[in-house]
Amino acid sequence: MQTALSIALDAFAYGMALFIICIGLSLTMGLMRLVNLAHGAFAMIGGYIASYAARDLGLGYGYGFGIALAVAGTVLIAVPLERLLFRRIYDRSALSQVLMTIGITFCVIGITNYVFGPTLKTIPLPADLARPIDLGFRSIAGHRLFVIASGLAVAGGLWFLIERTGFGIKLRAAVENAPMSRALGVRTELIYAASFALAVALAAFGGAVGAEFLPIEPYYALRYMVTFLVVVSVGGAGSIPGALAACLLLGAIDVTGRYLMPDFGNFFFYLAVILVVCAFPRGLMGRAP
Amino acid sequence: MAQASAPMAAATPARDLGRDLAGLALILAAGLAGYWLFPDNLSFLTRLISVALLVLSLDLIVGYCGIASLGQAALYGAGAYAAGIACLNGVTEPFLLILIGAAAGAVTGLLMGTVMLRAHGLPQLVLSIAIVQLLHEAANKAAWLTGGSDGLAGMVPAPLFGLFEFDLWGRAAYLFGLGLLVAVFVALKLLVRSPFGMVCRGLKEDPLRVSALGISAFPVLLRMFVISGAVAGMGGALGAISTQVVGLDSVSFELSANALVMLVLGGLGNLYGALIGTVVFMAVEHVVAAIDPFHWMTLVGALLIAIVLFAPRGLSGTLDEAARILARRPRRAGP
Repeated sequence: MQTALSIALDAFAYGMALFIICIGLSLTMGLMRLVNLAHGAFAMIGGYIASYAARDLGLGYGYGFGIALAVAGTVLIAVPLERLLFRRIYDRSALSQVLMTIGITFCVIGITNYVFGPTLKTIPLPADLARPIDLGFRSIAGHRLFVIASGLAVAGGLWFLIERTGFGIKLRAAVENAPMSRALGVRTELIYAASFALAVALAAFGGAVGAEFLPIEPYYALRYMVTFLVVVSVGGAGSIPGALAACLLLGAIDVTGRYLMPDFGNFFFYLAVILVVCAFPRGLMGRAP
Repeated sequence: MAQASAPMAAATPARDLGRDLAGLALILAAGLAGYWLFPDNLSFLTRLISVALLVLSLDLIVGYCGIASLGQAALYGAGAYAAGIACLNGVTEPFLLILIGAAAGAVTGLLMGTVMLRAHGLPQLVLSIAIVQLLHEAANKAAWLTGGSDGLAGMVPAPLFGLFEFDLWGRAAYLFGLGLLVAVFVALKLLVRSPFGMVCRGLKEDPLRVSALGISAFPVLLRMFVISGAVAGMGGALGAISTQVVGLDSVSFELSANALVMLVLGGLGNLYGALIGTVVFMAVEHVVAAIDPFHWMTLVGALLIAIVLFAPRGLSGTLDEAARILARRPRRAGP
């Protein structure tokens, strides 16, 4: 029972870390119809900046400052990329998008390794998050609780932004029918740029916060690219509840498999993916195209 | 090399035959030139041929059927492991090993196609990745059969025609591979021109219209998956025979992604493009990756971005355009 509970809590925290990163990808794919395999690269850049800020700039500024700097820095890097590269492939075929974004990923990996070297980077945790917190029935590492809370906040905030604000209405209109929205005075280019920046910011946030689960190293972008892609396609691109369900389900399968049958690595993870995609070809909660 | 990418617009059968024979002669000449010019690198060149077969098989799926796949190495690896296991169990005749590889690839292609054709678009791409990762894990775990992470080693194929040994210099393996490549290339050239190949292209261009003509997509595409599996399996078997080692990297996501990059570099939907892309990619990798693998990654990344932005039809398409401009000849149009 103790084991089951700790597996469940671990799986929940891991699923939430995945969710924070993947929801940005799900939005770019579902709403902007952009297959962005470089999403993991942005998460990695966020992790590197957070690690650099927390370790090398001195700890006086703290964990929160590192994360804020990671988000801001990654968005600063991503905006020119959006203007120069991504904007040209919004209307191209999925294959072109895959190739271009894999290319960007390779470049980021090569450059990151050149600048930071091939070693693993850690992000030191503040004392408050490093110690266990008693929940009454079970104690849990403070950091995991922080990740879970962040994940829930991101899910709630995004839902509110897309369903309840003026920006969300414009975004959904631009996705449904771009020429008509432009005719009605919606500046679709700005909307797309803003949602791209939002997706990148979420990736950077997830990369920094989830570094305990997905360690930061140059191959991060490629190693977890498949995982992120899988999660989005299992959940159904563009659906927040779908992504949440997929992250929790796949996180649970992955963590349970690791605890109970460590020898089999990712075998059950991919088996589950094949079964889910075969049963729900549009994802758990995907919308009809 | 200026192979038109739309055979429907071909001028006359005689002219086509001439172009094909010229193309074949060029492949053979290039292959034999490699044999004379780089006698110390024949094992690398044999690996190049083996990968070229993989890229050709991927072209059948991606270029002719329009199905994006990042898991083609599943078929290649199936052929490699089948040939390796057969060879260790006493089947050493090289031609038979190639056939075993082809059969294993075809069966895997049948399974993979059945699964992948259930979905479209992104989920389909994800299924292809999941399949190759699943096979990778399976090959890693079934150590009693596949050698696990150590791989299979110590295969000794029988001499070719009972005369030529597969020795350290790899002359027999290279010429064997070159012959296999030419034979497969001719067969595929006929295949993509056949009515069956045309239906596949039609399904890529306009699935709705083809189904309105009364053709059901699933069996056609599944057949192409099986053929593609057989070709990839032969490539894997050739790799197993020539290097006498089968490792986990032969059934990996990385190999699948590299194959796709080579194909796009050369040009989709064009069999010559598959060959050009493989040769250019592997030759540059051979030189640059030896210096620093991370520089190689940056270079490939920049190359991919450049292709998507400036040369969407790949090297062969760009060569084609250049030839046309040089000849100041308008694009052939109409039937």
